[in-house]
Amino acid sequence: MGAPAMSKTITIDGKNVPFSDGQTIMDAALAAGVYIPHLCHNPQFEPHGSCKLCVVSVNGRNMTSCTMPAAEDMVVANNTPELNSDRKALVQMLFVEGNHICPACEASGNCQLQAAAYYLDMLSPHYTHFYQPRAVDASHPEIFLDLNRCILCELCVRASREVDGKNVFGISGRGIGTRLVVNAASGRLGDTNFAATDKAAHVCPTGAILIKRQGYRIPIGQRTFDHKNISEVQMEPDHE
Amino acid sequence: MTFNLETAAHPENLKRIVIEPVTRVEGHGKVTLLLDEDNRVHQARFHIVEFRGFEKFVQGRPFWEVPVLVQRLCGICPVSHNLAACKAMDMIIGATVPAAADKLRRLMHMGQILQSHALHFFHLSAPDLLFGFDAAVGKRNIAGLAAAYPDIARQGVALRRYGQEVIRLTSGKRVHGTGVISGGMNKNLSRDECDYLLKEIEQVIAWSQAAVELIKAIYRERPDFHNSFGSYRSSFMSLVRADGALDLYHGGLRARDEHGQTIFDHVDYTHYWDYIHEEVKSWSYMKFPFIRARGREQGWYRVGPLARINNCDFIPTQRAEAERKIFKEFGGGSATQATLAYHWARMIEMLHAAEAIQELLHDPDLQSDDLVSSGERQLRGVGVIEAPRGTLIHHYRINEDEQIVRANLIVATTHNNQAMNEAVRQVALQYLDGQQITEGLLNHIEVAIRAFDPCLSCATHALGKMPLEVELLDAAGTLIQRLIKDSDGRHRT
Ligand code: SF4
Ligand code: FES
Repeated sequence: MGAPAMSKTITIDGKNVPFSDGQTIMDAALAAGVYIPHLCHNPQFEPHGSCKLCVVSVNGRNMTSCTMPAAEDMVVANNTPELNSDRKALVQMLFVEGNHICPACEASGNCQLQAAAYYLDMLSPHYTHFYQPRAVDASHPEIFLDLNRCILCELCVRASREVDGKNVFGISGRGIGTRLVVNAASGRLGDTNFAATDKAAHVCPTGAILIKRQGYRIPIGQRTFDHKNISEVQMEPDHE
Repeated sequence: MTFNLETAAHPENLKRIVIEPVTRVEGHGKVTLLLDEDNRVHQARFHIVEFRGFEKFVQGRPFWEVPVLVQRLCGICPVSHNLAACKAMDMIIGATVPAAADKLRRLMHMGQILQSHALHFFHLSAPDLLFGFDAAVGKRNIAGLAAAYPDIARQGVALRRYGQEVIRLTSGKRVHGTGVISGGMNKNLSRDECDYLLKEIEQVIAWSQAAVELIKAIYRERPDFHNSFGSYRSSFMSLVRADGALDLYHGGLRARDEHGQTIFDHVDYTHYWDYIHEEVKSWSYMKFPFIRARGREQGWYRVGPLARINNCDFIPTQRAEAERKIFKEFGGGSATQATLAYHWARMIEMLHAAEAIQELLHDPDLQSDDLVSSGERQLRGVGVIEAPRGTLIHHYRINEDEQIVRANLIVATTHNNQAMNEAVRQVALQYLDGQQITEGLLNHIEVAIRAFDPCLSCATHALGKMPLEVELLDAAGTLIQRLIKDSDGRHRT
């Protein structure tokens, strides 16, 4: 890619950020080392725009940066107290909507939802817990699916479709009834061709899709977020 | 040791005295004294709400998650639940835990024993014992004893902190660590970490020895009082090692009756239900376990430090073994059945824990990387350890999908359920005077319960300031008198 393609810029929090045509604000920001909080975005997959954590203010209007193509001279506000407080509220809502018991969860220390909460200085869930009963599916011999922890980011849906070519997962229902579903007549993971080696088995940002019997194998101190925060981890080039 | 609970000819005519905590934290204790028509204590009921719902809560969860989940059960001894559950999961995955992992777990467990016993003794019991819990107690002598040990409080805090450091380094975190995993451990202990802990161990052993001397001195000062307070004879149950040694982490179950005769010995705990049954009573959420061979009425028993020191043939560390002998020989064995002798036995165990920690820290196995194993999966797992408060049983059944379908837990406080009722009854028989609730009675009941170190936050977290409300009701339910003890220790009506 030649230099001229990068000659266009936007500004994020006053900093000039170059972009090339087709890049989203998120793409441009990450490439320039500017962190925008995100949960449902993963550069390896098509943007999805569901978690809204990445919302930035573009010329005074709020937009999801993971789906919004960058355009010349956009003035973007990202790391502001207002936006971060909205982001914190979103994360708090995710916490009360699902059943996230961090101290006992095997994803603790490796979980992006937890890491985002720390990053955004979330000290408590604030809202009243829904305590919705959510299903668990242990029918697959190698994989445990725990919808208590699903934040409906659809990363597994995208990975299974785009990378594994399997379509194991889908989303069904509306509003508070929205659920991750498994593409089998029985609705059980054990009745699909899902495999522990599939990409979709390794993209869940929380602890909803787990390889069985591996929990807690990594000692405290060696987990993903024990020494780095989510912005550092998500800015690493090889980050999934 | 017969029991005549609920056998009054006219229970409807019994008077009730209810003692209950004003504030509930987690768990809820309440004492009901039922008087007969002659105003004698007919029955004592120590009500505890604890662990309800847990067995349901774990249903459907993957088995490997449970040892971490169960740490939330109890704010006081999470390590014990963690270890007992992991031992059950070892069985489920068919693991033979590698020697190094076994030793690391033992080290963690000894850290837990040390910190828990130190907390109980220095923060809760020592004030009772040193300053007296009854107006008639000759305060001066005991206060004089306290003056002879001016550093007691400081040592207590330091001992507890040391135990917590052992837990932190072995489990990865101060509380609710994840070091123990099904089949072994996820980390070892580096030489540096061992050396760090070794720096203070001589001091820790010396302080533990001093604590034994302190309780011995207290006990010997008024042996008759200490032997008789809330006392009775009973059976004891505990784990013992194959050679009969005290072993708090693993072994077979041994039960002896009130005369020291063996009821069963070296029982494989994975079949505990062949030996122990649990009875449900309408008035309590807590079950009443009993030894099958002796039946419902006679089968109750005590667990915990007193049971363990009485049941073992020897303690495999030098200083603690010397102290065990002194304990056993004291007054021709007069202390071995006494409620307050729990404190003495507890300190002998603390000394043992300190010695065992020293021994383990010198073991090069702690640096091994051979930490996990697995074998052929089974659908059932039982894990038993001797937690600080007594025998702790975790029992799980899983389905083919590796989810928990059934869980049964028997905690020390449950084993001691009937025993605590009996201690309260004995105290009430001794100290209840007609229909007059005195501060003395209230405090004495508290002291008797506390000897067992029950896992109730009201009994332990409040650090010796158990808030209580005592109501005396007549047979018709009319309030005759009320006595409240606030958490600052002040009494009011
Ligand atoms: S299971 Fe995980 S990856 Fe899939 S939608 Fe839920 S949170 Fe996202
Ligand atoms: S990261 Fe953009 S909406 Fe989730």
